[in-house]
Amino acid sequence: MSIASKPAGVEFRNVSRLYGNTAAVNDVSFTIEAGTLVTLLGPSGCGKTTTLRMIAGLEMASSGTILIGGKDVTRLPATDRNVTMVFQSYALFPHMTVADNVAYGLVVSGVRKRDAAAKAAEGLELVGLGGYGQRLPSELSGGQQQRVAVARALVLEPEVLLFDEPLSNLDAKLRRKMRDDIRELQQKLGLTSVYVTHDQEEALAVSDRIIVMNKSVIAQSGTPDELYRRPKNRFVADFIGGANLIDGELVGRGGGTATVALGRLTLSVPDPGLPAGEVLLAIRPNAIRLRTGETGGDGIPVTVRKATYLGSHMEYGLTSEFGDLFVVDPNVASPVPAGASALATFTGDGIAAVAR
Amino acid sequence: MRPRSAVWLALGWVGFALLPWFAGSGTQPAIAPPSPGPAGSALIDGLTSGRWWLLPLALPLLLALAVTALPGLRARQPVVLLASGAFGLAWVAAQGFAIGLNGWAWTWLGALFGPLPLGQGGFGAGAALTALSFLFLMTNGFAGLGFMKGDRFTAGAIGLVLAAIAAFVFLPVGYVLSGAGDTGTGGFSAAALGARLAAPDIWRLSCLTEAKSCGVVWNSVFLAVLTGIATTLLGLAFALVAVRTGFRAKKLLRVLTVLPIITPPFVISLAVILLFGRNGTVTLAMSDWFGLPVSRWIYGLPGVLLTQTLAFTPISFLVMIGVVQGIGPSLEEAAQTLRASRWVTFRTVTWPLMRPGVANAFLISFIESLADFGNPLILGGNFEVLSTKIYFAVVGAQNDPGRAAALGIILLCLCLGAFWVQRQWLGKKSYATVGGKGDNGIPSQLPRGVKIAAYATALPWAAFTFVLYGLILFGGFTENWGRNNSLTLRHYIAAFDLSWGPGGLIWSGRAWGSLFTTIEVAALSAPLTAAVGLLTAYLLVRQSFKGRGAFEFLTMLSFAIPGTVIGISYILAFNQPPIELTGTVTILIICFVFRNMPVSIRAGVAAMSQIDRSLDECSLTLGAGSVQTIRRVILPLLRPAIVASLVYSFVRAITSISAVIFLVSPKYELATAYIVGRVEQGDFGLAIAYSSALIVLMSVVIALIQFAVGERRIGRRTATPVTLQEKPV
Ligand SMILES: Nc1ncnc2c1ncn2[C@@H]1O[C@H](COP(=O)(O)OP(=O)(O)O)[C@@H](O)[C@H]1O
Ligand SMILES: [Mg+2]
Repeated sequence: MSIASKPAGVEFRNVSRLYGNTAAVNDVSFTIEAGTLVTLLGPSGCGKTTTLRMIAGLEMASSGTILIGGKDVTRLPATDRNVTMVFQSYALFPHMTVADNVAYGLVVSGVRKRDAAAKAAEGLELVGLGGYGQRLPSELSGGQQQRVAVARALVLEPEVLLFDEPLSNLDAKLRRKMRDDIRELQQKLGLTSVYVTHDQEEALAVSDRIIVMNKSVIAQSGTPDELYRRPKNRFVADFIGGANLIDGELVGRGGGTATVALGRLTLSVPDPGLPAGEVLLAIRPNAIRLRTGETGGDGIPVTVRKATYLGSHMEYGLTSEFGDLFVVDPNVASPVPAGASALATFTGDGIAAVAR
Repeated sequence: MRPRSAVWLALGWVGFALLPWFAGSGTQPAIAPPSPGPAGSALIDGLTSGRWWLLPLALPLLLALAVTALPGLRARQPVVLLASGAFGLAWVAAQGFAIGLNGWAWTWLGALFGPLPLGQGGFGAGAALTALSFLFLMTNGFAGLGFMKGDRFTAGAIGLVLAAIAAFVFLPVGYVLSGAGDTGTGGFSAAALGARLAAPDIWRLSCLTEAKSCGVVWNSVFLAVLTGIATTLLGLAFALVAVRTGFRAKKLLRVLTVLPIITPPFVISLAVILLFGRNGTVTLAMSDWFGLPVSRWIYGLPGVLLTQTLAFTPISFLVMIGVVQGIGPSLEEAAQTLRASRWVTFRTVTWPLMRPGVANAFLISFIESLADFGNPLILGGNFEVLSTKIYFAVVGAQNDPGRAAALGIILLCLCLGAFWVQRQWLGKKSYATVGGKGDNGIPSQLPRGVKIAAYATALPWAAFTFVLYGLILFGGFTENWGRNNSLTLRHYIAAFDLSWGPGGLIWSGRAWGSLFTTIEVAALSAPLTAAVGLLTAYLLVRQSFKGRGAFEFLTMLSFAIPGTVIGISYILAFNQPPIELTGTVTILIICFVFRNMPVSIRAGVAAMSQIDRSLDECSLTLGAGSVQTIRRVILPLLRPAIVASLVYSFVRAITSISAVIFLVSPKYELATAYIVGRVEQGDFGLAIAYSSALIVLMSVVIALIQFAVGERRIGRRTATPVTLQEKPV
């Protein structure tokens, strides 16, 4: 006996969830491929948890259809869905030992006690907690409790495994380790996972795809790379990776790229599919380079307001005719001092145009 | 749904076709009693003895059978189950109320349909089972249609609780309302109702202007407010000392506070009389030493207030200890890390978190006081309160049920009002503080001022209680307290004598009969009360369904009905078919269940709202259904609430007097009623001896229940070797 997986895809078709008259989730549609890890990313209150709970069956959709593994489960209660969840608070049963917690789902679904215990032990082994079975949850550290919650959700071999901000109660170092462990486990077992977080770095690190939500609707979905390099709107551009947002004008396009005018400068960006005219340029902090001692050329004149040395790179705050700019520069050997004038140039990558 | 519906359907058929439809044969003098066994079932009786009105019950049963058995009709099953269950239930009730012992219960029905050849008796086992089956078929139908999130268990539980409350709370109260407007000739008139409700001896305020007593309403309210405040403060003090201080003799404190719970309330009255009555120890000492005149000052408001405070402080303590324990220490620790001093933490975090619990404790004591009967009966003197007035309106020379009913309505309204005020104040706060995580930190120590206040309140009171108990236990061994203090076993022998006769052991003491009945009734009602109460609490806290607000309101209403009102309403309602229960042991059990359910619900609600919801939700995602989740997650975490409910309902069944004094019969006499009878005869010795025996008995049982249910196993880190966490009482 070993822990296998039966991954299934998830599909939302025009799903809404209303509380009174306000929509926590508003007409949301997406597809999650079996065996992938998809993140729901967005600021607090945007409807991520509600979406996740609708997949679990803890919340019923007000309208729309939810499919898991191609079957319509819209009206199916949580008990009857083969979906498990790792709760933000871990929700470990405080009156049961760690082993009993992990075996719980097996026992209640009628697996024989001995088999359940064996499988629970295996689950604990899988998350690196072999030998902790007889402890109470209160006798474990936060990170260990987290692992127990994961093991408990895993041993049922769910079609979909849900995580609701699983790392928010852990310290930063542990968070990085746990997120790598979760990702590794998910890939090893080929699980379908839906992962909720408000931390864009976490989302970029673990996801096959990311669904960015804002104000109850999907802002954009795609692979981490797509979202970072080709954000579709101001919100996504800003939320993922952070960007300098400055006004520009789309003046021409061809061959998948578009030309944008910024003052007397022209830049080429991936074609955003927008009509010619006013656009917003999202310029990543690391897409700007500073040059001193030169004038003219293909840059814009700036004044260095602030320079911060961070070991691996420099951070600059610049003042320019287009507003303030934030720059991350790997060149620490010859930093530009604060107060100096310089020329800011733009590297080809890391600039995108979005609608104003 | 199919298997469970099928089971209920089968039981419905059993009830309809096999079990005797009517209750025991002796209850139907006007008709040929149906013989027990198959011949007495509704089906056979309807076919052979002319009670044709029973036969339509076959229709819903057949319909339900068709949709359950025939695969082709299964799509319609929920609708049909719902309809047939509802029709069946309605028919059972309608024919039961419309046709009494001697034919039509109301003359206009006779005028409409012509006379009936014969009447019918009260519902029996068959009727009860069939009605239950209809109820669950109906709720299964509801769930099948997608209500209550399609959860059959929730639907069934709501249906069951509602039906039970309707039958055993609202139906009797309805009889009281109609009784208050009784014209004396069997009719109802609003004028009669108004006149009874507005009687001057109920409402007058003459005590403010002249030296006469005030209306009975003002007496009751004044007493209840004082008792509520006193018990809440004491309960809080006890809880704080027990949970949040390093007090060494906590065990003793526990024992002392548990003692009054296991005592019938009027026993404290007896002890108070032994101390402060005309022959009381303190009274005699005061007159010897200081020449104070011997007076009857204890008979009246002071005595009743004192005894009620003694009697209800432990209940308040039970409520408060749950509240104090349930406050997640991490919150207080958080406040302290935010630079709040102990006192600021207490004021800004601990106290606001406890406030709903405090309000809750006050509410319970206020209503207990309004409803209390034993203490005002013994110590009230000329200080009349509503509950005693109701009693004397029924049993006294007046024998005026209409007046009793009117007083009952006023008492009821007072209690309802108390609930309303309380709910306004409580608002809609929910404090889930024991989270899903196991580690909640260490309960913080109290600020100095609060600690001193708590000690200063709790400890003297504990000492006083201790003295009273010494008196009770000792008083049973004296010949005649205050006058002849020589020692004797006479009273115990009179009560609990055993002898050997030709047939073996003879229970020849006078107390045995009532004692056995009391234990039987208490043992049967305690688990039922806890079950119904916690089930209701679960529905209220954990399930959201359409009409939850209304459901909550109904259970709340049943909270507010005082024992005296229940007592009189049960006599009025269950003295005649279709539900004929007076003189049986069943009516005593039912009375206790619905009388004590409120505290069980309260305990359950309080405890359940402190368990984080994510625990249930997690269990659901792990494939456990509602029932499994309750059994494996909620119940184990609710152990303190279960213990509280069991203890409370068992003890109340033994100590309660207000409702049952109306319901006991020579065959089923209860200990309390017997003791009060002895007191009225002036036989203090036997009364005290019997009470002491009860106290000892109840201590044993509580210890056993405590042992059987065990304690909550939530590992919190403990501060020092001296644990701050306490076992539930
Ligand atoms: N039970 C509820 N009743 C009313 N509003 C709710 C409820 N649950 C969530 N909401 C609202 O729905 C919105 C989305 O909530 P949620 O899905 O929890 O957001 P998040 O993205 O932070 O997880 C929020 O504005 C929240 O206030
Ligand atoms: Mg959330």
